[in-house]
Amino acid sequence: MTVDQEIQKEQAVMQERRKRSMTQWAAFVLLGIGSLFGFFFLAFILYWVISQSASAISWEFLTAAPRDMARAGGIAPMIVGSIYITGGALLVAMPFALGSAIWLSEYAWKGWWLRAIRIGVNTLAGVPSIVFGLVGLGLFVFVFDFGVSLLAGMCTLAMLSLPILIRASEEALRSVPRSFREGALALGATRWYMIRTVVLPTAIPGILTGSVLGMARAIGETAPIMFTATAFMLSNPWPTSLFEKVATLPYHLFGLIKISQHYNETKAIQYGTVFVLMVVVTLLNLTAIIWRTRVRRKKAW
Amino acid sequence: MVKRPEHREIDATAGRDAQVDATRAWVKRTFYGETIIEIWDLDFFYGRNRVLHDVSLGIPKDGVTAIMGPSGCGKSTLLRTLNRMYEVVPGARATGEVIFEGENLLKSDPVILRHKIGMVFQRPNPFPKSIFDNVAYGPRIHGLRNRRKLADLVEDALHRAALWDEVKDRLKDSAFSLSGGQQQRLCIARALAVRPRILLMDEPCSALDPKASDRIEHTARELAEELTVIIVTHNLQQAGRVSDNVAVLLADGELAEFGPTRSIFESPQDERVADYLCGRFG
Ligand SMILES: Nc1ncnc2c1ncn2[C@@H]1O[C@H](COP(=O)(O)OP(=O)(O)OP(=O)(O)O)[C@@H](O)[C@H]1O
Ligand SMILES: [Mg+2]
Repeated sequence: MTVDQEIQKEQAVMQERRKRSMTQWAAFVLLGIGSLFGFFFLAFILYWVISQSASAISWEFLTAAPRDMARAGGIAPMIVGSIYITGGALLVAMPFALGSAIWLSEYAWKGWWLRAIRIGVNTLAGVPSIVFGLVGLGLFVFVFDFGVSLLAGMCTLAMLSLPILIRASEEALRSVPRSFREGALALGATRWYMIRTVVLPTAIPGILTGSVLGMARAIGETAPIMFTATAFMLSNPWPTSLFEKVATLPYHLFGLIKISQHYNETKAIQYGTVFVLMVVVTLLNLTAIIWRTRVRRKKAW
Repeated sequence: MVKRPEHREIDATAGRDAQVDATRAWVKRTFYGETIIEIWDLDFFYGRNRVLHDVSLGIPKDGVTAIMGPSGCGKSTLLRTLNRMYEVVPGARATGEVIFEGENLLKSDPVILRHKIGMVFQRPNPFPKSIFDNVAYGPRIHGLRNRRKLADLVEDALHRAALWDEVKDRLKDSAFSLSGGQQQRLCIARALAVRPRILLMDEPCSALDPKASDRIEHTARELAEELTVIIVTHNLQQAGRVSDNVAVLLADGELAEFGPTRSIFESPQDERVADYLCGRFG
């Protein structure tokens, strides 16, 4: 090989390398622009909601009931109602979710049966929420005869949150180290005793954070509760009993836009409602995240 | 064919009872004592993968028995067969007979069995509970709620695991506040609190520094006065220090040799064991 040939070869290699690094650059720039757009949209939504709602947000808005066909006053009952209905859904769903999760992670290790159930749970997670609304109407409102009520809404929302809660709990249970289980079994504990005394106590913080996240997801849901639980401009907006209708944040917004005759006058209130909803969701997520990091830090295994 | 020491002198065509008697006699002669566990033709499978081949072995009641062998030869598996802990692995299966207290323990109730045969694991695995609650865990399984009795049991177990003096003022502290070696002794105490007849130890020192290992070895020796200790170890020196008898497994899961530690270390019968002991493989 002559020196010339060698130099040519070298150049070819360099060129190839340059080309490759050009594509790398292109990919980097494009992806960068893509992520920038994502970030931009988020920032824009935040800006939009905050700027539109600024004139509505006040102490009264957070602490009073709506007045004057929802053109004035606040949305306090809706905040309370939303928290009640999702909190209640959590209480209803948790025993079932925990039971399924324990069964899935601790008992069922037999191949296809487990897989089938897991596929079922995941499919449930993908069912459109309005389907839950209709099923809830049929089942809880009519068959169980709860009427259109807080209770029926809780149960419907519970059904909707079940897959998320199951998955979160299962994850928490699975993250309990195998060595704890073996330690307990080797001492002559039965499987259930081991679960009750070692696995569950260790997994509880994870399960709780998971359920708070589940609650944050459920609180914005409208479809499952609009047939089963909630109403716009109730004569008594404050929730008083499980068997009465309840005012909620997402449905209040729906009402302001689609039911009320005063669409234009309530614009700031509409955005205010959305803003409060976003704040509640963020607070729930923050709680879960802070809680989780604190538990992680304390964890010594 | 593997040399199974007790079989050298035992007529394989004799009936089962005769074989059992002959093994007991052999163990009695060789180790000057009784057997506590007799393993007969034990085969072990993880799914289709055969890990133990035809292991037969009579474990003496007195003293410390070490199980040695190259990595992956099935030492832990053999140990976990004795308290049925292998059952936590799906698809794991043992065939053969393991006679303990006149019964085939492969067919008995594992939960009851594990009250009698305790286990200490390779890495210390205390529960995320207080020191006291860790030790009291076993007795509580049996429904012991009486505080005084529990406290006595815990103290006794901690004494026997040589941990009492270090933790007596901090029983309420988390078990994770202890050092690695202390955690391992806590696990020993936890196992002792159930008052087992046999204590299985699976490389109990492998996660510890030499000083902590030393204390564990010492504890194991002391415990051997009152119960049977079966210890898996990689470490020839350790086996030499703690064990009275040693069983050597080979890479294919066969028992190559079994006998008093001294005689096996000084004059192994099996060439492959000699190689292993000289560090030529494993
Ligand atoms: N849970 C399991 N599933 C499948 N195979 C396993 C499992 N555990 C162990 N084995 C296999 O069984 C064989 C014996 O494993 P075992 O853990 O008993 O060996 P060991 O002698 O204790 O090794 P080490 O000295 O490394 O601890 C190995 O070949 C291993 O790959
Ligand atoms: Mg091992």
